[in-house]
Order: sequence, then C-alpha cells, then structure tokens
Amino acid sequence: MTGPQAWNDRRVEDIIGNLLRVGVVLAASVVFIGAVIYLVRHGGAPANYRVFQSEPTELRQPRGIVHGAFALSSRGIIQLGLLLLIATPILRVAFSVFAFAAEKDRMYMIFTMIVLSILLYSVMGTG
Amino acid sequence: MTILEFSLLVAMGSMAAGLLGSLTGLGGGVVLIPMLTVLFKVDIRYAVGASLIAVIATSSGAAAAYVREGFSNIRIGMFLEIATTIGALLGAFIATWVAPSTIAIIFGFMLLYSAYLAAQPRRKLLGDEIQDPIATRLKLNGSFPTPEGTRHYCVHRVPAGFSLMFGAGALSGLLGIGSGAVKVLAMDQAMRIPFKVSTTTSNFMIGVTAAASAGVYLNRGYIDPGLAMPVMLGVLAGSMLGARILVKAETHWLRIVFGIVIALLGIEMLYKGFFGRI
Repeated sequence: MTGPQAWNDRRVEDIIGNLLRVGVVLAASVVFIGAVIYLVRHGGAPANYRVFQSEPTELRQPRGIVHGAFALSSRGIIQLGLLLLIATPILRVAFSVFAFAAEKDRMYMIFTMIVLSILLYSVMGTG
Repeated sequence: MTILEFSLLVAMGSMAAGLLGSLTGLGGGVVLIPMLTVLFKVDIRYAVGASLIAVIATSSGAAAAYVREGFSNIRIGMFLEIATTIGALLGAFIATWVAPSTIAIIFGFMLLYSAYLAAQPRRKLLGDEIQDPIATRLKLNGSFPTPEGTRHYCVHRVPAGFSLMFGAGALSGLLGIGSGAVKVLAMDQAMRIPFKVSTTTSNFMIGVTAAASAGVYLNRGYIDPGLAMPVMLGVLAGSMLGARILVKAETHWLRIVFGIVIALLGIEMLYKGFFGRI
C-alpha cells in the first residue's frame, strides 16, 4: 500500500510542487526573452496606457499567440510566456484528475473535472 | 515617458508591491492596482489584467515551496476551487460590462477592509472537536506535522465557507486580486481551518482562481504584454525576496504601516471612482 509506487497525497503533492515550479520558471524565462527583444526594438517609443483599446485578435486567442511568438513578434513571445503561466495551474488541476483517479477517489475526480472544465472554458471558449 | 522608462519604473514598483505583499501575507494585488492606476495613469482594465498575471505567478511560485511542507490540504483546495472558479468567471464577465469607475469604487472599499484586517492582530481560533457531517462526507478533515507530532483538525461550517469562497472568486475576477482578505473570513473564521493550513491551501487555490478569470481577460483583449511583462517579473522578484527575509523580519509594525498605506490608497480610489477621474 505505501510502497514507493503507491499513489498517495504526499507523492501527488511532490509532483505538483515540481510542476508549479517548472511552469513558473519556464513562463518567466519566455517573458524575459520577449521583454529583452521588445525593449530593444520598441524601448524608445512613447508609452501610453491611459487610453484603453482592446488587444488585437492575435494576442487574445491561444492559437494566435503561439503563431505570433513563432513569427518572433516580441509582444507575441511575451504573450506566449503569459499563456504558459496561465496554463500552469490548469495543468496542475489536470494532473490532479489523474491523481485522484489513481487513488480511486471518484468523488474528488468529479470535483476536479468540474474545475478543469471551467478553466478550459475560460481560456478557450469565451472569445 | 518612453516604453523603456515606463517598463523599468513599473518593474521597480511591482517589485516593492510583491515584497510588501509577501511580507504582510496580504498579497501584492492590493497595492499594485492603485499604484498602476493612480501613479502610472494606466486604465484600470489593463491594470486588473496585469495584476491577475502577477497573482498567478506568485501563487504558483509560493505554492511550489509550501506544498512540500505538508500543510496544504489538497481536498479542501480542490473542493473550494469549484466555488472560486465559478465566482471568478462571473467576476470577470461582470468586469467586462461595468464602468471602470464602478470597479474603482468596489476596489476602494476592498482596500479599506484589507487595511482593517492588516491592523488587526492575527487571532487564533481553535476549532472544537464536534465534527461537521458534511466535512466528514467530503473527506475534508486532515492533519499536519508539528514539532510535537501530527495534529489532526476538523473543518466546520462547509456551506458558509463554500459560499464565501464563491464571493472571494468573484472579487478576484472583478478586481484582479488574490482576495486573501475574503479567504480569511471563509477559511479561518467560518471553516475554522488551522492558520498554517488555510494560508498554504489558499495560496494554492489563488493561482487556479486567477487562471479562471485571466482566461476571460485574455480573450477580451485586456491583457497587454507590454504592461503585464514588467508587472509579472517585478512582482515575482519581490515576492521571492520577501519569502527569503520573512523568517527574520518583524512583521507586526510592517502590517500597521501597510494598513495605513492601503487605507490611503482606498480613499484615493473611492475619490477617483466617485468623481469619475478614472
């Protein structure tokens, strides 16, 4: 039952801790790379955030962001890092579905799936 | 001001916000948004979007460290996340159709309440031994390690805590903050979860809650990479620094100073909100 391969809360928490750390470090690195390119290219331009104008479509949808980042648009790279950051807690929840399934805890598997669908709906489906 | 100057100043301000937020345990969001809107004249919708990003970064960063210590309760977290994520979605949708001045006014009241909490000494509420049947059925009761051995605890008033967490999620989605103040009401006061467990568990939940509203903000075009970038990197650096010096720092007077600062910011936000200057 408590062998090294058993799925218990302790082991799940360890994996989740690592997942969160890797996610944040990865996201921050991508944002940082994008930031350097952005400041080198646009650093001298005037800053204006007083007037609100909605971001263009390619910085709003996951697909457009990935596309922009691979086209080496500096704002696209930063936005990709931000998307990775938003994905980190979502991945954590997705992993928990699997972990509760392995623990044969059906009630919590369902709870976790509810949370996961809300998160996926938020990122994918509200455009 | 050029983009370079603006980014550096915002990064420094965000670092200070992250440092204060982690030292006082109240989160960086409460200082960040007034700073961006009042000092840097950023539109409040951009500010809320950037702050949500910072909230996810600090929560995930801190949770990674906490989770190993064995205090956080994954079942309490996951169960309450149902309430906070639904609330967060609702809050984010409300944010897209109310006037920015309304958001500023709600934010002002939230700051005053947070200031009041900061000035209060942390009360230790001890749960009694009567078990809540709902908590037992949901397997929420748990234990954590202490120097004297493992301590067991029971969770109380689950429906009240669940409803309050729905409110915390809605405020988080509307104002772009972690809602640590409402969490204190729900998890510490209503559910009587031991302080260490509630703090670490809520830190865990805050990232998931903020992700739920950040998705909506991203889709609506409220997350600007140029602003979110210095905010995220600054807050992350500040809160990491804060976590290092937290052990040594005397936080009592710091909480009082912080309380005064956010009370003043709250009055400023209310003034701007009521007189349409935002």
